[in-house]
Amino acid sequence: MAEKNEFTDINGKAILLDCQNYSSFCREFTVSSPKVSLCKVIVCTCSVWLFAYAVFFVTENTAVLSSAIIITLVGMMMHIHLVKVEHETLLIIGSLGVQLSTSYASGRESTTFIEMSRIKDIVINEAVYMQSIIYYLCILIKDSGDPNGIASVVPLFQSSKPRLNCLVQVYKSCQAIIAQTR
Amino acid sequence: MVLKIFFPTCCNTADSGLLIGRWIPGQDSAVVLAVIHYPFIPGQVKKYLSETQNQSQVDLAVLGSWSLPKDGQEGMDSFLKDLSTIFPNSRWLQLSREIGKRGFACQVVHNRITPPDPAQGGTDKKDQIIFIHYDQRKVMLSQLHPIHEESPGEESSELRAVFHTVAQSGPLFLLDRYDEGPLKLTHWQSEGREASIVVELSKQASVPLCIVLTWLVLLSFQLFLYVVCCRILNIWPVQFISSKMSTCVQTAYRTNHFQTVFSTKKATSHMEFMRKANIFVSFLVDMSLGLLLVSWLYRENHISQLANTLVPVADHVAKELQELLEWLMGAPAGLKMNRALDQVLGRFFLYHIHLWISYIRLMSPFIEMILWYVGLSACLGLTFALSVLSDIVALLTFHIYCFYVYGARLYCLKVYGLSSLWRLFCGKKWNVLRQRVDSCSYDLDQLFIGTLLFTILLFLLPTTALYYLVFTLLRLVVVMFQGVIHLAIDLINSFPLFAMGLRLCRSYRLAEGVKFRVLCEEPGTPLHLMMEINPLKCSSVLQRYRTPTYSCYPRDSWVDLCKKLFMGELIYPWKHKTTKTD
Repeated sequence: MAEKNEFTDINGKAILLDCQNYSSFCREFTVSSPKVSLCKVIVCTCSVWLFAYAVFFVTENTAVLSSAIIITLVGMMMHIHLVKVEHETLLIIGSLGVQLSTSYASGRESTTFIEMSRIKDIVINEAVYMQSIIYYLCILIKDSGDPNGIASVVPLFQSSKPRLNCLVQVYKSCQAIIAQTR
Repeated sequence: MVLKIFFPTCCNTADSGLLIGRWIPGQDSAVVLAVIHYPFIPGQVKKYLSETQNQSQVDLAVLGSWSLPKDGQEGMDSFLKDLSTIFPNSRWLQLSREIGKRGFACQVVHNRITPPDPAQGGTDKKDQIIFIHYDQRKVMLSQLHPIHEESPGEESSELRAVFHTVAQSGPLFLLDRYDEGPLKLTHWQSEGREASIVVELSKQASVPLCIVLTWLVLLSFQLFLYVVCCRILNIWPVQFISSKMSTCVQTAYRTNHFQTVFSTKKATSHMEFMRKANIFVSFLVDMSLGLLLVSWLYRENHISQLANTLVPVADHVAKELQELLEWLMGAPAGLKMNRALDQVLGRFFLYHIHLWISYIRLMSPFIEMILWYVGLSACLGLTFALSVLSDIVALLTFHIYCFYVYGARLYCLKVYGLSSLWRLFCGKKWNVLRQRVDSCSYDLDQLFIGTLLFTILLFLLPTTALYYLVFTLLRLVVVMFQGVIHLAIDLINSFPLFAMGLRLCRSYRLAEGVKFRVLCEEPGTPLHLMMEINPLKCSSVLQRYRTPTYSCYPRDSWVDLCKKLFMGELIYPWKHKTTKTD
């Protein structure tokens, strides 16, 4: 029931789309980004430490070295806790709602659940991002006052920005579920 | 069509029986609340349901049957089907679970009493079913955010309706298995009710305690307050000064809170309850911190040590100021000032400092006693001690404030004079009636006088500006110190300690929403989801439950503040200036 496909994100990096089919109206899409590469970590740490050593060589103050170690450790922790996203999950349950969860490299997970009664539609939108135009999937939230209006837009897969071919696949199955249960 | 059944986890292993719950109106979902076990008499079930319905205001119904076959209970199926005729309902759920399998089987029987819905085509199209398991205790106790204080009848959101149903049906959960009664139920409390003696006792004691406390406070304070507030406080200067003294402000604030917390009325809504609890906890923390401070102060003669350091510090500050003035009266930083004006200003300020030093000398024998009595105010809480400290700092640095005001006034006068004379140069003037700059033709002598005055003001400006700059910097240091103290007071006053504690220790009590987890997927059984509670974020707890306080933050932005400083307008605290509006 699970199928895995490889896609690329807008920067050309490989991402993995895992499509889990629990039932005809409940499907889970997981977009996993590549792990932190060891090479990058080593380069970052080495550059900070070499810089600290150069400063130490000039000033001959050992506090520079210890602060460099602390800065690297804290920075790495902050990076995996706040910035680095391991995978993003979209769980769509027909007639109940859509759940978006983002799990970070440290294991922290942030989840939001949007009820089906609040969802107007799921669409693919385009946006200007830096110097290029990208496509993204988003949920349109109904306005409680105006039945035709849109109160807000919730973008999906924000940190791993997949390309259009990946989005289309997710979009088609989402639309199938919504059409089936509405 | 998808049918959603919210099923409590505690009923997973319940004995066979009837499912009690509620159909959520407008949605295809049912909330199972409890299971009534065999054997029962249908009449008694109906009576019990109507009784609970009256207590809880939730329209309870028998949803269907639940069967968990055990040894010696076979041939139940036909009996279960017959039950649906006893409890008439449009839909009848038949849940059954087999030993060794994790999933449930479910069958929906549409009763013949109601005609089949034409939208479904009347065919026996198999309904799709989702089981959503929930932890009954957590869902019952949790509060879904954002809180709507509307009537519970019109619920748009399905989850909100589920939470509301479970929270309202408290009376259903009162019957446990040790009760001798005709009915046996399974729900989260059926293994026996949990209660703490301390909590029950405090619940019983809280109302009389509140009454006694309010009476005591009212009796003792009424006379005092009547005399003080109505007679003295309403006289203009006292009222004005008391609004500037942070101790008075804090007292008013605490009295207000005291009335809120110890009012004998029960808190009806969640927000009101949380507000009371937050205020109460911050009260207690404040008091205990204050008592700690008192116990430190009055041990080992700390007060006299403090007084012995305070007087020399004040003296030292005055000495330093004197030296600063003497430096300004010479050629500060190599600047050449207007000598006559410099001398006049310097002597003026020096005389002021002289007065101040003699005042401190006069006060010094009494300072220890004053501190001893003032220290007692810490019994009322750390915030009181801090606000008294802030007031003491304000009083002890009164000379700096005075210097600042003199300097600012002089500087302001010069700047305004220069700006209006500059307009004269350009052949313009300020039209007061129209609030704009108009062109104007001046006479020759007017221009001559204006030029003279402009020159004089311009050449005297650096001297005044220097004095203004130095004293403004001194004043800003004092204001910063007071601001830090006020921030600490504000933090203690407004921090929602109770809500934060709830968030940390019982994170399910404040729910931001829910999250679902797919439980098991066996082919042939319906989908099973686990509903967990998504706790509120700490930042939104802070934002939502923060007790509103008098704001001590600067009301105008930093740019405004800089503009005011440049123009020589007075900043904190004497800055009340009503703006003219057309």
